[in-house]
Amino acid sequence: MTLLVNLIGLALIALIVWYFFLYRKEGVQVTEAGGVQEINITVKGGYDPDTVVVKRGKPVRLHFTRLESALCSEVVVFDKLGQSARLPEGQSVALEFTPAEAGEIPFQCQMGMLRGKVVVT
Amino acid sequence: MDANLARSSHEGTEGLLVLPLTHVEGSEGPRALSEGLRRLPGVLEVHVNGARKEVHLRYTRGAVTPSELAKAAERLGYPVGRAALRARIEGMHCASCVGRIEEALRAVPGVLEASVNPATKVASVAYVPGTADFAAIRAAVESTGYQTAHPLEQPPAPDQETAAHQREYKTLMAKFWFAAAVSLPTLLVAYPNVPFLYAPYLFANPVAEGVVWWLWALSGVVTLPVMFYSGGQFFAGAWAALRHRSADMNTLIALGTSAAWVYSTVALIFPRLFPQGTAEPFYDVTAVVTALVVLGQALEVRAKGQASQAIKKLIGLQAKTARVLRQGGELEIPVEEVEAGDTVVVRPGEKIPVDGVLIEGRSAVDESMVTGESLPVDKSPGDEVIGATVNTTGAFKFRATKVGKDTALAQIVKMVQDAMGSKAPIARMVDVVSSVFVPVVMILSILTFLAWFNFGPSPALAFAVVTAVTVLIIACPCAVGMAVPMSLVAGLGKAAENGVLIRNGQALQYAAQLKTVVLDKTGTITKGKPELTDAVPAPGFDEPTLVRLAASADRPSEHPLAQAIVKGAQARGLEPAEPSAFSAVPGHGVEATVAGRRVLVGNRKLMEREGIETYGLQGAVERLQGEGKTAMYVAADGQAAGVVAVADTLKEDSLEAIRALQKMGLEVVMLTGDNQRTARSIARQVGIETVLAEVLPEDKANQVHALKAQMGKGQKVGMVGDGINDAPALVEADVGFAIGTGTDVAIEAAAVTLMSGSLRGVAFAIEVSKATMSNARQSLFGAFVYNVLGIPVAAGVLFPFFGLLLSPILAGAAMAISSVTVVANANRLRFFKARSFTRAS
Repeated sequence: MTLLVNLIGLALIALIVWYFFLYRKEGVQVTEAGGVQEINITVKGGYDPDTVVVKRGKPVRLHFTRLESALCSEVVVFDKLGQSARLPEGQSVALEFTPAEAGEIPFQCQMGMLRGKVVVT
Repeated sequence: MDANLARSSHEGTEGLLVLPLTHVEGSEGPRALSEGLRRLPGVLEVHVNGARKEVHLRYTRGAVTPSELAKAAERLGYPVGRAALRARIEGMHCASCVGRIEEALRAVPGVLEASVNPATKVASVAYVPGTADFAAIRAAVESTGYQTAHPLEQPPAPDQETAAHQREYKTLMAKFWFAAAVSLPTLLVAYPNVPFLYAPYLFANPVAEGVVWWLWALSGVVTLPVMFYSGGQFFAGAWAALRHRSADMNTLIALGTSAAWVYSTVALIFPRLFPQGTAEPFYDVTAVVTALVVLGQALEVRAKGQASQAIKKLIGLQAKTARVLRQGGELEIPVEEVEAGDTVVVRPGEKIPVDGVLIEGRSAVDESMVTGESLPVDKSPGDEVIGATVNTTGAFKFRATKVGKDTALAQIVKMVQDAMGSKAPIARMVDVVSSVFVPVVMILSILTFLAWFNFGPSPALAFAVVTAVTVLIIACPCAVGMAVPMSLVAGLGKAAENGVLIRNGQALQYAAQLKTVVLDKTGTITKGKPELTDAVPAPGFDEPTLVRLAASADRPSEHPLAQAIVKGAQARGLEPAEPSAFSAVPGHGVEATVAGRRVLVGNRKLMEREGIETYGLQGAVERLQGEGKTAMYVAADGQAAGVVAVADTLKEDSLEAIRALQKMGLEVVMLTGDNQRTARSIARQVGIETVLAEVLPEDKANQVHALKAQMGKGQKVGMVGDGINDAPALVEADVGFAIGTGTDVAIEAAAVTLMSGSLRGVAFAIEVSKATMSNARQSLFGAFVYNVLGIPVAAGVLFPFFGLLLSPILAGAAMAISSVTVVANANRLRFFKARSFTRAS
């Protein structure tokens, strides 16, 4: 019995480490229409999708829609771009930029609890 | 050709469009544009009017849309001047009307793009200003049977945001009261060692096992709605986060409260599963912790609203209506509909609606709400007026130059909002911690459980569960993550209230770390305009006579030094006379006949040429030049009358501001292209020791760079100058402070814009930055210490030594208090007062 409980505990720890730290998820490729790479991102306890893949040199337009009232996600911050947007509940807010070089552009809520990134290829 | 086009616009299938272009360059350019456009299908005729920067198009409706034409022009390299507005559609219920409204909007001449969002009931319209206007757009909406009131302002109105916060607060408080109401009876069931309040005694004393069991079971049932109503957002948030492979405070609270509930229920129903004496339910923890954390969140919402009050105040400054001259009369219209070029009438005591240039009348305007400058500013024709400032006693008319989102106020609001959304470098470090915080706490909780389970005293399982739950509940990632952003919001708002606009969190952090401040001389320390400073009469003359003679002789001259003398005389109440003859002697001075006397004003060469004895004035001239002033001889009828001196004078509060900077321990350096002597003289007057003089404009940035190289780690160099000539140096510095000029708010090169021209803004900016950073550090330190101490105590490290164990309920209280403390601490910044000098606002 004691052994079983210990094993379950250790297994849970391993699960947490894998689930939160080790797993690498794939991004959503953004499609291009009319010269702009556009995608909708839903904000509810996280960014959905939270990893989007775009091509460099073309304008990117991210439409954020916040579907919760919790204050945490009220602002989305693109620290690397020096851009941020206030997300009133239920409204679609567009954020535009044109990535010049390949790399990752992370974004997050103001407190850094919710995170996402734009992968530029 | 224009006339032809105008007629054809009424022929139904043919459309006419006039696109304003933001620039038309060269003789080759317009041809490329018109040929490019002519090739488009549906385009019948193109005419580019280079002088008016317009392109006139005749096209077939249906074959090509105005939006496509505008885009095509832009593709050819000619940006089209366009405006955008958003308007709420009243009474729209079905999604199918969207198409009809959009169609009607697109049919309005000048509308390039129109879309209606059925969810928000807002129409977004891009249009050509001048061709279409809000009235036409409103008419189009009304033609479909719907109503639209006003264009919506971007950014969202403050009341809208306040209302959302209000709603959130109310919901949370309702949830709290429910949880609190359930908590009380469950607590009464939980503590037999508080005999006079112990609920089972109501039934029997001593209590029967069965009564206790049933009361516990009842607690379990009533706690369920607490978890799922009051604590619903924790579970929803935890689940949403989990799907994104992240975890936050919601995860911890959801896990903690549900673990307590599940354990209690299993213990109640299957007590045999557990070793003797460990089957202890504790539903009270679930109810009370939920109540406390929800209360904490509610208080946070309230306090957060206060922290961002500054920006609401700013938005609230905007005037609602404007009185403009249209159709030959005064017309009161909503401020959103004022267009650039309108003539706006302002009466005494009224708010100035938009930015513009005064054209008629004069008054003094209270600009304190925008610039932080407490004294009203005199305005006469040609002066800029700023929207949202308040006219005092005079009446005037002005031409609107900037409206809508271009006004100084709108730019200030945008800049402050952007800054509030940015990050201080210190917050980046915190981000790394907060991204792993919650999973680590979960692991710690499991380890705590295992430690108690394996090595703890009997009943090991009960201890293990309680400590594991306590660890989950006490951990407060919110306090850590919120510390810096909350302080930043409060600090940036405070700065903006005082006319200091800080571009982002980095600028604020660096401003707090400044070691050296470089000040440009001309226009920064000094007014940048020469003024009459001295008049030394020769024997036989008195000062008023000397000044009047010099000013009268100089009156027709346009030379800035001559103008300074004329203004100086007027300021002393000496009205200069009109000379009957006047001639300028290039490189020497002027020669004039004033009231029958032949007057000369100029340098020594002029006096020598005319053979005038100036020996007696030599001492005075040398002294004045030693002070960095420009001295000029004055002679009347062949006899020396004296010396007048002109110099660029200090701004009234430069000395005070520089003292304040030095008192803060900053090294103040003066940088100027002026000669050593003038520079030293000014530096002496304001108490600056380090002077970099005779620096070419293009070398200013290099000098700043050299100073930066001398700095130690964490020491920064600031540069103060105007946003135009000093731009490279402002960019080079760690923090560039631009001295603001009226309505030009977003000075690109600068990290900090000082809306009032005063150097005091620099001292204020540094002080408020220091206060903000230390506030952020306090909160951050507090939050770290709290977690670093709280988690081990919750895990029971004190138990082996002192027999001390933290109750999960106390952990919940501590957690709620810690996050409220962070917000409350940031709110203290609202009462920040600069110590270096007091403002009279």
